[in-house]
Amino acid sequence: MKAFKYLSPTTVEEAIAFHGRHSETAKYMGGGTDVIVKVKEGWMEPDFLISLKKIKKIGELNKNNATGELSIGAMVTHATLEKSLMIQNEYPIIYDAVSNIGSLQVRNVGTIGGNLINAVPSADGAIPLIALDGVALLHGPEGERSVAVKDLFVSPYKTILKPREILKKITIPPQAPHTGSAYIKFGRRAAMELPLIGIGVLLTLNEIQGTCTKARICLGVAAPTPMRAFDAEKFLIGKKINEAILIEAGKIAADESRVRDSVRGKAWHRKEMIRVHVRRMGQKCLELINAGK
Amino acid sequence: MTTNISFLLNGDKISYDIKEHWTLLHLLREKLGLIGTKEGCGNGECGACTVIIDKLAVNSCLYLAIEADGKTIETIEGLASTDGTLHPIQQSFVDNGGIQCGFCTPGMIMSSKALLDENPDASREEIKHALAGNICRCTGYIQIFESVEAAQEKVAANKGGKDE
Ligand SMILES: Cc1cc2nc3c(=O)[nH]c(=O)nc-3n(C[C@H](O)[C@H](O)[C@H](O)COP(=O)(O)OP(=O)(O)OC[C@H]3O[C@@H](n4cnc5c(N)ncnc54)[C@H](O)[C@@H]3O)c2cc1C
Ligand code: FES
Ligand code: FES
Repeated sequence: MKAFKYLSPTTVEEAIAFHGRHSETAKYMGGGTDVIVKVKEGWMEPDFLISLKKIKKIGELNKNNATGELSIGAMVTHATLEKSLMIQNEYPIIYDAVSNIGSLQVRNVGTIGGNLINAVPSADGAIPLIALDGVALLHGPEGERSVAVKDLFVSPYKTILKPREILKKITIPPQAPHTGSAYIKFGRRAAMELPLIGIGVLLTLNEIQGTCTKARICLGVAAPTPMRAFDAEKFLIGKKINEAILIEAGKIAADESRVRDSVRGKAWHRKEMIRVHVRRMGQKCLELINAGK
Repeated sequence: MTTNISFLLNGDKISYDIKEHWTLLHLLREKLGLIGTKEGCGNGECGACTVIIDKLAVNSCLYLAIEADGKTIETIEGLASTDGTLHPIQQSFVDNGGIQCGFCTPGMIMSSKALLDENPDASREEIKHALAGNICRCTGYIQIFESVEAAQEKVAANKGGKDE
């Protein structure tokens, strides 16, 4: 592997300053499950790797019980999320997604922040955070700014982050009661494979009428960046959700998707799987709502 | 770009001058002579290089040696007793056909150990989930899952037994 200097600042400000001094040749590193592979393969040739591991503040996971807001530090690992009972019980869509990223060895080290900033069309971590209306807090030389997670992605491997900017955390606004959410990484095998297609659904129902007041249908590998199926979401609003309605929503979502043929799978198959799994994930949401989760 | 790091390796305090771009796998195998840990793919795909760092199973091929500073690390060499008695998980792999060529075995056993240390009663599903990143080209996996389950029984029996 190419030689580099390893820096481990303890604050975000210090990290940004290091990056400023070495600009072109410096690279941030979270868990390194992506960066180290790229350096080994020669796809990335940094002279300086700036590790974010020692910045305690961006590695915290906590829920503010007074406001109901969830805060996920960028350096929180997939395994930490997977093992959290709070995540398992209150944010099943996050659990569904992170528990099948790579292998346990990868999840023990890989971070949610690295997953987002990597910006692959198949990033499993992005879909639930978009469905939950997550907001990313960025910090650069000019200070902080907030951006909706859905607006982070520009194209494959490219986010809106400026070169020296750091993702500090993702905040998830409080979830309404009677909300259910679910994600499926669909492929030949969940572990150690990128998804053929990733489908996340979130539904909120009106307590009295049982009609849908909020819907999120988010798709991975369905476009160059993670996408929301806005037409399908709109279709669900105000409706009493049942199987026929979910089948229709699946069709609309499949039509909206911009799937392509690739070596890993054909576009027609991906569309079929969007149809099937929007329905199934919708049903899972209903089950969770009925179970009072 | 040499830096001194120190860490606990299989119970021994180690201090070593490393290069900052070395992986932990490189340090273990090429410098410390601990060749039990294997290099398969070098890219996080196969799990042959799995070691336990602060109780977590990690691919040492993607982990920088410099980040091992201050950590507690377990490798396959640390499992057997000094008199040569195998660890119950190791013995169980031997007894239950969990080993054929043996290349995946150190990684499989370290992943299994991390799991059982945390969750001694892990179900078959949980065992599969924890070992999903360890690839074996020989056994077909069933014997490996059975080996882990047999080790669970042995450990439970040694503790006074749950089922027996
Ligand atoms: C074997 C294997 C299997 C995998 N399987 C999957 C999978 O199933 N699904 C999936 O989605 N991914 C998968 N990945 C990809 C990767 O592991 C994940 O995306 C992981 O979450 C990346 O996190 P990291 O902390 O390791 O990122 P790093 O490698 O540290 O960083 C990734 C990128 O993000 C930047 N970065 C990291 N943190 C920050 C921050 N806080 N602010 C600004 N920039 C930052 C880095 O500069 C780099 O460009 C796999 C990887 C491997 C090796
Ligand atoms: S050698 Fe590390 S995962 Fe294959
Ligand atoms: S025993 Fe040969 S690779 Fe597993």
